[in-house]
Amino acid sequence: MATILQPPAPERDRFSAGVAPYKEMGYWKPDYEPKDTDVLCAFRITPQDGVDPIEAAAAVAGESSTATWTVVWTDRLTAHDRYQAKAYRVDPVASAPGQYIAYIAYDLDLFEEGSIANLTSSIIGNVFGFKALKALRLEDMRIPTHYVKTFQGPAHGIVMEREYLNKFGRPLLGATVKPKLGLSARNYGRVVYEALRGGLDFTKDDENINSQPFMRWRDRFLFCMEAVNRAEAATGEIKGHYMNVTAGDMEEMYERANFAKEIGSVIVMIDLTIGYTAMQSMAKWARRNGVVLHLHRAGHSTYTRQKTHGVSFRVIAKWCRLIGVDHVHAGTVVGKLEGDPHTTAGYYDTLRENHIPTNPRNGIFFDQDWASMPGVMPVASGGIHAGQMHQLLHLLGEDVVLQFGGGTIGHPDGIAAGATANRVALEAMVLARNEGRDYLNEGPEILQAAAKSCGPLARALDLWKDITFTYESTDTPDVVATPSY
Amino acid sequence: MRITQGTFSFLPDLSDEQIAKQIQYALDNDWPISIEYTRDPHPRNSYWEMFGLPMFDIKDAAAIMADVRRARSEQPGAYIKVNAYDARYGRQTTALSFIVQRPANEPGFRLARTAGADRTQRYGLEAYAMDVPEDERYRE
Repeated sequence: MATILQPPAPERDRFSAGVAPYKEMGYWKPDYEPKDTDVLCAFRITPQDGVDPIEAAAAVAGESSTATWTVVWTDRLTAHDRYQAKAYRVDPVASAPGQYIAYIAYDLDLFEEGSIANLTSSIIGNVFGFKALKALRLEDMRIPTHYVKTFQGPAHGIVMEREYLNKFGRPLLGATVKPKLGLSARNYGRVVYEALRGGLDFTKDDENINSQPFMRWRDRFLFCMEAVNRAEAATGEIKGHYMNVTAGDMEEMYERANFAKEIGSVIVMIDLTIGYTAMQSMAKWARRNGVVLHLHRAGHSTYTRQKTHGVSFRVIAKWCRLIGVDHVHAGTVVGKLEGDPHTTAGYYDTLRENHIPTNPRNGIFFDQDWASMPGVMPVASGGIHAGQMHQLLHLLGEDVVLQFGGGTIGHPDGIAAGATANRVALEAMVLARNEGRDYLNEGPEILQAAAKSCGPLARALDLWKDITFTYESTDTPDVVATPSY
Repeated sequence: MRITQGTFSFLPDLSDEQIAKQIQYALDNDWPISIEYTRDPHPRNSYWEMFGLPMFDIKDAAAIMADVRRARSEQPGAYIKVNAYDARYGRQTTALSFIVQRPANEPGFRLARTAGADRTQRYGLEAYAMDVPEDERYRE
């Protein structure tokens, strides 16, 4: 793309054969007023040295919509003004020289109704490899309600899930069965039973537990349902195990999901690696069959984590809500995996709220209205334990699944004791919050007081008291310094 | 066994003072309170008996506590729960629900099994208390 390295060309006819700067072909319209029906994108662009950022923004608009590298006369057979994406604003990033936020508007006509595959093939299709840019990141996307309404949305959503599970007023609790690989089906079910009878609401297959030589899927499902039902009888509560139905093709996934339903599982799970279209198919299946759908975001960090290149997870979160999953992992802040508190708050709002206003502090670039599409339950998983309960409740709120894998199964008195410790810590913290106590600051005392009548909690607090994961986040909003927890 | 439905069942039974604070929290959020009771504690029993209508207009925790005590005296041995309801657009569901009375003896559940084909099993949960007519359950 040598053209964009050249000085601005003199005024020329839009349709002269040859190579023209993108900004002169209609892809830069600084006076454009976005329509309510437009899809709006905020891209972080890092142009190559010497490339005009406005031309780079126009090129992104062009390459993610109608343009190719040279003028084509066949544009004149179309209402091309409508189909061309329009860069309408480019702001330098004050805290990062050489980076710019480019705002681009896309007409709704560019996208097939109800297809994340089509939306993403346009907007993140070719353009991320564009040579004139060192790096490109899709930071946020405003999805117009007109487009939102063409998607199914969550198979059940937060409200229906709570009514189905008969669980209100507190975060839900889960744990991923560990070790992730190698347990036989019978041993695996033991972990499920102990964790559920001890007080968790859910246990979970890990992302890479599918159907391996050491444990085939059908055997796992049968032993896990024995565990789930035994735990329900022991507690009088509804319990679930996320049966991972991820497989190599849709036919196999449907077979596994149908079997999970037939033997009474309230929930199945898929991995992000199956792809957008497969996820949409499973969301339809989950709605039709009354089974909650959990999504593990396996692989996302390959493109969400670095601040200059890829796709922000806040965009993936929006796509997941449209796709129609009921749960998605969205970070813990305090655990072992990436997650700055403000950025994570932005993800949680995006998943749960009906209207999310622009909020640069949380990395939200646009107002997003979900037009009553139900919310997705965020899942916090990875390196969290009972001693952090006050922070978790404060940061993540009530509509969340808190998953303590190591923090349950690693308890010295056993898995059920670990589960009980987590549940008691959670209920004590919610009780204290509701009583109006300053639970964030008094958290450690509240937990110690609860531990007086709960030995397992006392052991857990003692064992993990010094465990924190304090590293600098790589993905943070531009506008504020980041507190660490 | 101890049935662990409800928001606070893993804690020691709440005192009346603690219950009143939770009710106050609900009222501060504009969540009306209702009281329900049952002698069928199956986790899928969605319709416990209503002890009167939801108290949409009562903003006084002490008055609601008086109803909680009246429910206990009229329904000894039953499970009684206090619910707070969030009628806001987009929620329109229960916001908080916790047990404020439970029977002294909770016999728990039988797990009934029916063998199906290919190692499958059909499971059914049956409260032992359901073996007798409702007005004979949970006699102290």
